[in-house]
Amino acid sequence: MNLHGILAIYRFEMARFGRTIWTSLLTPVITTSLYFVVFGSAIGSRMGDLGSVPYGAFIVPGLMLLAIFSESIFNASLGIYMPKFTGTIYELLSAPLSPLETVLGYVGAAATKSMLIGIVIFATAHLFVDLPLAHPVLAFLYLLLVAVTFCLFGFVLGILANGFEQLQVIPLLVVTPLTFLGGAFYSIAILPEPWRTITLFNPVAYLINGFRWTFFGVSDVGVVASVSVTAVFLLLCLAAITTIFRTGWRLKS
Amino acid sequence: MTDPILRIAGVSKTYKSGTTALHSVDLDIDRGEIFALLGPNGAGKTTLISIVCGIVTPSTGTISVDGHDALTDYKAARSRIGLVPQELSTDQFETVLATVTFSRRLFGRSGHSAYIEELLRDLSLWDKRDTKIMGLSGGMKRRVLIAKALSHEPDILFLDEPTAGVDVALRRDMWKLVHKLRARGVTIILTTHYIEEAQEMADRVGVITGGKLLLVDRKDALMKKLGKREVDLKLAEPMAAVPDALSRWNLTIADDGRRLRYVFDAEAEETGIPALLTALSGAGIAFTDLETRKSSLEDIFVDLVREKK
Repeated sequence: MNLHGILAIYRFEMARFGRTIWTSLLTPVITTSLYFVVFGSAIGSRMGDLGSVPYGAFIVPGLMLLAIFSESIFNASLGIYMPKFTGTIYELLSAPLSPLETVLGYVGAAATKSMLIGIVIFATAHLFVDLPLAHPVLAFLYLLLVAVTFCLFGFVLGILANGFEQLQVIPLLVVTPLTFLGGAFYSIAILPEPWRTITLFNPVAYLINGFRWTFFGVSDVGVVASVSVTAVFLLLCLAAITTIFRTGWRLKS
Repeated sequence: MTDPILRIAGVSKTYKSGTTALHSVDLDIDRGEIFALLGPNGAGKTTLISIVCGIVTPSTGTISVDGHDALTDYKAARSRIGLVPQELSTDQFETVLATVTFSRRLFGRSGHSAYIEELLRDLSLWDKRDTKIMGLSGGMKRRVLIAKALSHEPDILFLDEPTAGVDVALRRDMWKLVHKLRARGVTIILTTHYIEEAQEMADRVGVITGGKLLLVDRKDALMKKLGKREVDLKLAEPMAAVPDALSRWNLTIADDGRRLRYVFDAEAEETGIPALLTALSGAGIAFTDLETRKSSLEDIFVDLVREKK
């Protein structure tokens, strides 16, 4: 195991994060605060509680995941896309690193950043609402699972992308809409049919509800289903990465 | 004879576009030698280097680095190799010291400050160690790439067109470093357009064109085998044609009849010069000056590539 190599990539990526730490952390804080102002105070005050949970608290897990999804995809895809773009990938490809070691370095660093941002949003939310946390350890583990999964997904996108705009397409056109429609700001239970059934086909709905369960102990879908959907997505990303490294597709000519 | 440090056997590469960049190349590189790979642009030099370093996957063939297969035992193989690429690809926002330390760690070594300091001093980079790469000139960036390639103390160093677009000072520093590395036992494989440098530095030369390795030989043997010599006579009176009396020599007229040029085999037992000079005075042809010239590796190379086309 080339531990020095893994750590070199990890440190390199964290240094990149460190150079932009204030914008990296301030952006989610401001965005979250804006959501609270709009949904929590302006609209939320007119909303009733969802089940036993006040609306302001109800949207926190969804807000955290919204940021985790986009930050994970963005950081992990940029991490591997930049060396491709600048040409420094020659060094990575010629280094004595296995695919697993390369992924551990890049995805490990991207997931660390996502977790930091998630925690910052969690802390910011406390300024606005009373936030219970029913299962703190499970919440942390679930957030980690989601962060790692979306970082893997971002890593795949970064390898496949042929331009900066391609890095934006999937997060903007697929992930963000699925998050909004997956019950980040509402309970699936309040939807009329057929929207309720249709939403059950949205994988992101399971991720949000699983995470919400760790906060409030209640969820629109079963926790097992949530973890299963996350795990399946994780395995799909791992399979894609394995294929890419085995065939050298989009990495080596 | 010790085993070669690098053995390339039957390596060919056909890209997805259908272009065949290499046709079954066989090449053994000896331990500690300086090997120059010469060839025109698009000859397949960079493809060959990239395959050995693991950046391009070969279509066929095997590569063995110090006994380690470059595909199946790639970690052992790659940790012995350092590569200085042709393009100036660098992480613009990193400092010199950080990027060189990164390279060393990437290749599985701990950050060894004494070695890195010596390396940066050798390359006149120590004073710039805390400068971001974006603030360096092209020549300094090239030095950084060399430092990165040497950061993990490789046994084999690949220099892909190392002196292209490089100023005199850097070129001098670089060749000094090459000598130092060689004294340390590092094997060096380079491609270059500055053929006179290959002529000066290399122990052996390989000529590659159209993806085929045309020949590999010791540089001096190559010079002997293929080298030509010339005698140039500056005539007192211009001449329209070579007189019949001189037809047994390989003579040509140059410079509008003002020069008579005699080309002969550098290694021939008989140069034929004394007889030519006697015949000239017999024919009453006077000359005011005489120059002799040996063909350079560059001439040989140009002849070879033209011949094989």
